[in-house]
Amino acid sequence: MSEKTGVAFSETKEQAQKLIEVIEKHKNENGALIPVLHEAQEIYGYLPIEVQQKIAEGLGVTMAEIYGVVTFYTQFSVNPKGKYKIGVCLGTACYVKGSGNILDKIKEKLGIDVDECTPDGKFSIDATRCIGACGLAPVMTVNDDVYGRLVPEDIDGILEKYM
Amino acid sequence: MEMVNIKINGEAISVPGDYTILQAARQAGIDIPTLCYLKGVNEIGACRMCLVEVKGARGLVTACVYPVNEGMEVFTNTEKVRIARKTVLELTLSNHERKCLTCPRNQNCELQRLADELNVTDIAFEGEISKHEIDDMSPSIVRDNNKCILCRRCISTCKKIQTVGVIDAQGRGFATKIGCTFDKSLNDTDCVMCGQCIAACPVGALYEKDSTKAVWAALADETKHVVVQTAPAVRVALGEEFGMPIGTRVTGKMATALKKLGFDKVFDTDFAADLTIMEEGTELIGRIKEGGKFPMITSCSPGWVKFCEHNFPDLLDNLSTAKSPHEMYGAIIKSYYAEKEGIDPKDIFVVSVMPCTAKKFESQREELKGTGYPDVDAVLTTRELAKMIKEARLDFVKLPDSGFDNPFGEAATGAGVIFGATGGVMEAALRTVSEVLTGKSCDEIEYKAVRGIEGIKEATVTIGDLDVKVAVAHGLGNARALLEKVRSGEADYHFIEIMACPGGCVTGGGQPIQSAKVKAEIDLKAARAKAIYDEDRSLPIRKSHENPFIKMLYDEFLGEPCGHKSHKLLHTHYVKRDKY
Repeated sequence: MSEKTGVAFSETKEQAQKLIEVIEKHKNENGALIPVLHEAQEIYGYLPIEVQQKIAEGLGVTMAEIYGVVTFYTQFSVNPKGKYKIGVCLGTACYVKGSGNILDKIKEKLGIDVDECTPDGKFSIDATRCIGACGLAPVMTVNDDVYGRLVPEDIDGILEKYM
Repeated sequence: MEMVNIKINGEAISVPGDYTILQAARQAGIDIPTLCYLKGVNEIGACRMCLVEVKGARGLVTACVYPVNEGMEVFTNTEKVRIARKTVLELTLSNHERKCLTCPRNQNCELQRLADELNVTDIAFEGEISKHEIDDMSPSIVRDNNKCILCRRCISTCKKIQTVGVIDAQGRGFATKIGCTFDKSLNDTDCVMCGQCIAACPVGALYEKDSTKAVWAALADETKHVVVQTAPAVRVALGEEFGMPIGTRVTGKMATALKKLGFDKVFDTDFAADLTIMEEGTELIGRIKEGGKFPMITSCSPGWVKFCEHNFPDLLDNLSTAKSPHEMYGAIIKSYYAEKEGIDPKDIFVVSVMPCTAKKFESQREELKGTGYPDVDAVLTTRELAKMIKEARLDFVKLPDSGFDNPFGEAATGAGVIFGATGGVMEAALRTVSEVLTGKSCDEIEYKAVRGIEGIKEATVTIGDLDVKVAVAHGLGNARALLEKVRSGEADYHFIEIMACPGGCVTGGGQPIQSAKVKAEIDLKAARAKAIYDEDRSLPIRKSHENPFIKMLYDEFLGEPCGHKSHKLLHTHYVKRDKY
């Protein structure tokens, strides 16, 4: 998992200040890294190299170790999420009903892979576990909107709405 | 330590209470296979090779981390244990690129040896095999994750021993791999290129960047005058590659082999070590007399220099400006020697045989072009030289001894030789500085306080009416600890020697690789250092400033130490490098 999208990192003064406070708060705890990563992801939405560097410096942990932890846990992301977060369910029911084809169609349409974000920052794709809507399989979500019983031909029309 | 009584395979033994089952078994002469275990460095019970049965324990336990206790009964050779170990090994092998014949570690691989010893004849598990890109961007180190078995010995070495920590495990499950942050190349990190990861690797996942092809090509090029020099540590380890016992000195055989390989001249880097002492010693005397920056820190170890540039840029002015010995030699060969022999320096190709992978990086530094040409054109590790000797079909063990070539080689000094062991540069410097400062010849020249394998050594040496405070650190973790003290003002040394590798050059990242099992029994640092000090004692001249060829070089060419010509050819500068 590497940073593949062209979205440049930028931060506000408030975000930078908040991260400093978070690091300060946890600095002297054992196992400070994971809580700091969680809170940093809340602040920035993701954990780009620039943020990981600040954490490495602040906690005295190596960059390689931080990257190891970030790539171990699926809830951490090194890529930004789009304004519209697309989730495609790859749970068992959706998968046997063809959600793999739905995912392929979305990837093709947006030109990005899972865990990536379009360069304009609009869309990102996540492959999710079962979201509990098996009756509607195969299912995708766009932020809080749910779309069910999909066939690949539906995708153009759905994405159109958010373009 | 209180002793406890245990039974291994029915045999009663008494061992210290803080032993693991593995230590106890080895004491009793019972072998347990290991892979991820590296004594004192990586003791994590990850690979499951060392499974044994313990009476009353739930399931099999890993001997390398399981502590002994009173009355314990261990079984290392039951049907259950044998099947479990073999299954573990087959699973490891099932996701390992098994191209042994073309692997750099062919016949010196702990995995290959275990497959043989555990009688693996077939691998029942067929499935997906991880595919990884090879990282060969670094001038020193190649990482091939296709060979990696995830033992994490490299990680522990880099992070715990060297406190560099540029590699770590990333991802999870089947996708787990070892890598740098954000999948960068080693070359784009603060890796210091020391190659200790290579020495730790049980398989062929880490090895040096090849220079043998470039050297063979130069040897075949009739327009090139190819000169080779060998570092002191090479001669006490090269023999191991040919099955000779650890600590065998092969200086004479090595010189013969190099001549047979076709090098036009075979020089001894010891000479340049003497030259380094003249320059660095004079620099130290200058700082003492004129009140320069203290502590002065040695600059022979390129891994250490790069570490300093990344981690202690505020101390760069403390580094001696003297180039490392082989770089000095390169500059002298392409100036003084070229002039004397009437050869155009552009036609000279200088090869350094080094116990070191960082020297490959160092030789490419832009600053190290004293004559306008690179001081050194190619760096071979000790292992690479062994490969070339084998490729040339030389029967190394049976080769007769010969000496180094004139005009520099004849008289190596003991001072130059001891550069190969931790504390050696310090001792060599003290042998010269004390005599230059007092103007008297000293008979007591063995500075035992700076010898030995302790991580940080300190001493106060009285020279005339001056108390010179010195310290020696080897291994970058020790160096970091020492420098933190310097930074905080807690320590006030005059002179510090730092070597990047634990043990100094004798156990450098380019030296012959011994298995974890051998390293658990024999301290390579001490065994090879002993050979270094034996060589020192065997030489008639043991002080750098008494080397007649050094005197000749200053008389005929350089003028005086730290003079104008020296500054141009033999001194350098350093650059601040980013940590991230």
